[in-house]
Amino acid sequence: MDKFSQLSARCMPLALNDVDTDLIIPAQFLTSVSRDGYGENLFKIAREQDPKFPSNDPKYKDAQVLVAAHNFGCGSSREHAVWAIVGAGFRVVIAKSFADIFYNNSGKNGLLLITLAPEIVDELLESAKSGDYTVSVDLAAQTVSLPDGRSFEFEYDPFRKHCMLEGLDDIDYIASSKDEVDAFRKNQEANRYFSTCD
Amino acid sequence: MAAKNCIEKIWDAHVVKQVEGHPAVFAIDLMLIHEVTSAQAFQTLEEKGLEVFDRSRLMATLDHSIPTRQNRLEIFDPAAKKQVETLRRNCEKTGVPIFDFDSGFQGVVHVIGPELGVTQPGMTIVCGDSHTSTHGAFGALAYGVGTSEVGHVLATGCLLQQKPKTMKVEFQGSFQKGVFAKDAILKLIAEIGVGGATGHVLEYCGEAVRGMSMEERMTVCNMSIECGARAGLIAPDETTFSFIKGRPRAPKGADWEKAVAYWSTFTSDEGASYDRSITIDVSALRPMVTWGTNPGHACEIHQSIPQLSSLPQDQQVSVQRALDYIALEENTPIAGTPVDWAFIGSCTNGRIEDLRIAATVLKGRRVHKDVTMYIVPGSEAVLAQAKEEGLDAVFKDAGADFRMPGCSMCLAMNDDKVPDGKRCISASNRNFVGRQGPGSRTHLASPATVAASAIDGRISSAEEYL
Repeated sequence: MDKFSQLSARCMPLALNDVDTDLIIPAQFLTSVSRDGYGENLFKIAREQDPKFPSNDPKYKDAQVLVAAHNFGCGSSREHAVWAIVGAGFRVVIAKSFADIFYNNSGKNGLLLITLAPEIVDELLESAKSGDYTVSVDLAAQTVSLPDGRSFEFEYDPFRKHCMLEGLDDIDYIASSKDEVDAFRKNQEANRYFSTCD
Repeated sequence: MAAKNCIEKIWDAHVVKQVEGHPAVFAIDLMLIHEVTSAQAFQTLEEKGLEVFDRSRLMATLDHSIPTRQNRLEIFDPAAKKQVETLRRNCEKTGVPIFDFDSGFQGVVHVIGPELGVTQPGMTIVCGDSHTSTHGAFGALAYGVGTSEVGHVLATGCLLQQKPKTMKVEFQGSFQKGVFAKDAILKLIAEIGVGGATGHVLEYCGEAVRGMSMEERMTVCNMSIECGARAGLIAPDETTFSFIKGRPRAPKGADWEKAVAYWSTFTSDEGASYDRSITIDVSALRPMVTWGTNPGHACEIHQSIPQLSSLPQDQQVSVQRALDYIALEENTPIAGTPVDWAFIGSCTNGRIEDLRIAATVLKGRRVHKDVTMYIVPGSEAVLAQAKEEGLDAVFKDAGADFRMPGCSMCLAMNDDKVPDGKRCISASNRNFVGRQGPGSRTHLASPATVAASAIDGRISSAEEYL
């Protein structure tokens, strides 16, 4: 996983509640067997149907921070949604709230999700419309700094923060617990009443 | 000992290791695998030089991107074909059992687990699919994960997890004629919103839930994700045990008694507490139907689409956008809206009981001349059962297209798409923008409401057809 520590970058606003992962990456683009190539289809249908959709506006071309509203990433568990956002160049999403599975998937791909108070996010959504609105994100300090000098702290799970800063995969942590896992499975056998194999 | 709810009991029984300040190493009993969210996970294993941890806890099938036409063996879309072949190859290499075409059990992942009897109370079950919560109907903690986590489970049988919050959802009363489990879950989602249960696992209980068949319970648990809950479950009871008994992979002989005794421990204790709770009385509930572009945009069939000015300010923009897309006006009745397509199927409503209800409504009647109706069984076993009961003939006589098993028009990854600008009444789970094909307009409802609407050519209730 790519490490994440700091970023200063332009914002793209998407002032909609409940943006679902079907909107982020429609199902017809999920037939690939690799993790690459989803960026170009980010918000594909929305972009085709709405000329004013933010991703269609060239002024947001260099944006690396996506600003969204409530319940961003709801719906399907497709990690392709995260791959599409990262593939399109975004490293951070700031929103009022996120859906659970999307939140989990982001942390596995070095995409930093930041929840800020709704009134601050509303302000960012407004300011970002200029196209050259730049914020600075510091994961170690857990702060988002605005051009006017104000800085806001955000909460972030300490374990996930460690993984993001170091670029660590969960799989390595679980693998380091192998003895405990083996012991657990041995104990559990007594209460196992199924097998998928004949 | 403190009283525990069944969610906490399953959690406690699967924590392998918990270090202060870290997520738990959490044991997963069963992972279901399909073609769309697994290729990259198998690839990770290969890159890291890891082996599959225990193939007897893994099970694969084909469902999302496969054709549902009668002659389905040849997949014309080259990308979908490659995806299917990749899964077959990955299963062959790793020994993961796969229920392929004509195995007798191919079907939508969440339909075949229960059919085979591998979905059992007290288990932890994951799949790279958000509707994994379906298995919660059996008193299992079951939820969707992303492809990275599919890889973690493939390699280790475990995930890193934070303990979820719990929410009790009590459905009181009993249903009126023409009202079903689908209507109850749509009512919950409309009440609390599509993000209303984020961070929580739901436990459904109450008189209405106890009276439900396993098929109905699966419909309820299936849509837990649509209000933001990662999982939803129902504590096991006699209905659960008798559904499992005699299934191909269910315990037999002396094991059966032991299993039931063990499963019975996964009920919520008297006085168990929850982080939140909500009660919904279903006694007066009428059939639900969605009017917008998420499952929370729903009302009872005799009601009108809300007036924008009656909604909180911050919802008005999103709702206006939804109405623009769906091409309906605020403050107008939802019943009577003309439909072009009708779909019954999916992990929500593609089981035998759903098909029986559809057949009851369609028997001796005709699908409206302007409506194309697809009925897609959830699995090969559902298909076989439907044929045995003569439901296929009912569907054919009514003019509906009874197809081969798969996810089909629920997410339109294959050729089964609602054309641009067309309106579909659908027994699936999502009415998102473009969900059933670019430009498609979806109205979610129960199989009974879908069948009645298909006959009338407009959104209408099945109450008079039953």
